[in-house]
Amino acid sequence: MEILAILIPVSLLLGGIGLAAFFWAMRTKQFDDPDGDAQRILTKDWDDRPKP
Amino acid sequence: MAVVEDFGRSPISACPACAVVPAAERIAALRAELDGRIMLSLPLAHCAACISTVEGALSAVPGVRSARVNLTLKRVSVEAASDVTATRLIEVLSAEGQEAHELDPGLLSTTETDRQGRDLLMRVGVAFFSMMNVMLLSVAVWSGAEAATRDLFHWISAAIALPTVIFAGQPFFKSAWASLRVGKLGMDVPISLALILASSISVYETWMSGHHAYFDAAVMLAFFLLLGRYLDHRTRAVARSAAEELAALEVPRAVVLEDGVEVERAISAILAGDLVLVRPGARMPVDGVVIKGASEVDRSLLTGESLPVWAGEGTLVSAGEVNLTGPLTLRVTAAGKDSSLHRMADLVAVAEGAKTRYTSLADRAARLYSPLVHILSFSAFGYWMWATGGDLRYAINISAAVLIITCPCALGLAVPAVITSASGKLFRKGLLIKHGTALERLAEVDTVVFDKTGTLTLGMPEPVALMDHPADVVAVAAALAAGSSHPLARALAEGARVANVVLATVTDIREVPGHGIEGMWQGARVRLGRADWCGAAPVAATATYLSLNGQSHALTFTDRPRPGADKAVAALRAVGMKIELLSGDSAAPVQALAERLGIADWRAGVLPAEKAARVAELSAEGRRVLMVGDGLNDTAALAAAHVSISPATALDAARVASDIVLLGQDMAPIADAVRIGRQSARRMVENFVISGGYNFIAVPLALVGLATPLAAALAMSLSSITVSLNAMRLK
Repeated sequence: MEILAILIPVSLLLGGIGLAAFFWAMRTKQFDDPDGDAQRILTKDWDDRPKP
Repeated sequence: MAVVEDFGRSPISACPACAVVPAAERIAALRAELDGRIMLSLPLAHCAACISTVEGALSAVPGVRSARVNLTLKRVSVEAASDVTATRLIEVLSAEGQEAHELDPGLLSTTETDRQGRDLLMRVGVAFFSMMNVMLLSVAVWSGAEAATRDLFHWISAAIALPTVIFAGQPFFKSAWASLRVGKLGMDVPISLALILASSISVYETWMSGHHAYFDAAVMLAFFLLLGRYLDHRTRAVARSAAEELAALEVPRAVVLEDGVEVERAISAILAGDLVLVRPGARMPVDGVVIKGASEVDRSLLTGESLPVWAGEGTLVSAGEVNLTGPLTLRVTAAGKDSSLHRMADLVAVAEGAKTRYTSLADRAARLYSPLVHILSFSAFGYWMWATGGDLRYAINISAAVLIITCPCALGLAVPAVITSASGKLFRKGLLIKHGTALERLAEVDTVVFDKTGTLTLGMPEPVALMDHPADVVAVAAALAAGSSHPLARALAEGARVANVVLATVTDIREVPGHGIEGMWQGARVRLGRADWCGAAPVAATATYLSLNGQSHALTFTDRPRPGADKAVAALRAVGMKIELLSGDSAAPVQALAERLGIADWRAGVLPAEKAARVAELSAEGRRVLMVGDGLNDTAALAAAHVSISPATALDAARVASDIVLLGQDMAPIADAVRIGRQSARRMVENFVISGGYNFIAVPLALVGLATPLAAALAMSLSSITVSLNAMRLK
């Protein structure tokens, strides 16, 4: 059962990373334009260099 | 580009004061950006290529700092220097083949609604994270973790669940507190009670190293209920933002003459006594008296008359009328809040108040549910106190279990899930649901009242039997009409083009505002226009007159029915609706249309108040009326009806008064709306039955003390999933 001492923190940490990623996505407005983001991946703009 | 990048990475300034400068610059730039923000609506944008085209074209315009398309909202927001105008950008876009309209950013409170939605979504996310982790630990407990292990798992669950309940439960606590303060038992009171009781009793049980803790139930409760609330919020936010966009399309500006100089000014800044210039094709921004110019005005939105009315010096015009042929200068008699258009808004506000009196299915269910849950829980507590001879811990455990199991997970999700699914379906068909209860009310409708001009018809005339006139007449009339923007002239020119008429050679064409068009043909003067001006005897129909070689000819028109109008009427009749047509127009065109669409009950020349009275009369007979109308003359009737629909081309006041907005030109979706409305009301009832059924099984178990946390978790998640799936069955 000693393995629990490792497994529980690990599972909480992984969950926490997911939560942090979700917070980041909300804060940076990743969900404002789902249709547009799905389409933007198809454009060739800024394929050669990043948008300034 | 490289220069800019290098500049951006410039080394740290030598003096401390210089370090402040970039920040100050940035603030100034930020302010400038806010000043020069232009919003354009892009109704046709739909693909990746559209995004590139629009953003590329706009970025190439000098002065534009950035342009970002939002495809979900079909908008582009442009940050530009203040000398870049929306008109210029619209020209650029139309050259690229993209239709664009200016939006009034002041009317688009997107950031506000977004913040609320984002806040709710954040809580949903947190609740979801905790639910998963706590459930993982709970499964271990359920499968037989004992003693110290179980206690450890309970403590970890508590560490995750308590902050979650405090954070995610806030919307419920707040609204429960608000409803308690006014002495009411809202839905949120039992929810909050269940959340608090479940958490605190679980902490106590954990402390006492008891067998059962309800941490998983508490966070699951929060998650499912927040999900329902978020769906509800999103449906309303989408409807609100689309409705705001329609309103924002009418940028409230007018051209004011100040000492003979034309100045563009916001309508709110216009005072009585100002001089306002209204160009042909524009809508009157204010009430006023014509002091210069002659024209014809289209009053169809205000009165339902399909025939334009002559306007010259001394004519009174009202806000909302459309100027057709010549420029008019008005002396303002009433503007803003005093204008006839705004007085109508008061009427709408009264009617809106009446509408909120409608209690939705969810409200009725909640009203039944809240007291019942409290009574059940308290009587369970009382009984077990008596039965166990005062075992407080056991009695509280039972009553908490009752609260958790009866808690309206499915109830809170049943209606939002159906409304989200139905309004999504209707939105794709081109209908915008503005009111949450509109669907339920639509399901009860048994009578449909239509307006004519602009609703069943497009308000666009088409010539009747044009080719029955002598060839000369048609050729000359079409040649004269080609030069005018008057709706009848445009219809005539279009009709001639479709019939492949070769235009006569007419010279010296001149438009006489308010009268018609004249020119020279084969050495003689020819005129196309009003009857008195052409020396013709007026006929009893929408017509324009041609005087040719001393003779006059009447060219008659009929209003073109909206596409799908016949289908919508037929489909509504097929489901047993009583259909009426009430119009402010004269008898002849109303009768013609009624016969064309097969509507037996029609009335012409109906005044606005009579329309509302007729709707009230039908309601008094116990009928549920669906009113479909677009004009100011329909507004009172729209507000008085059980449920109302207006087309997107309707006047703002009419759109505000109606529950559903028809976004496209086609009218056929109205029949779909009624069908989907009936279907979704049925789904809502089914969902209540389903969640009631789960309670029917689970509550007795809880009352006798057999409900374990596992049973609570199963009942809650199964009922929530079933109602969501049932909602998605809508076709």
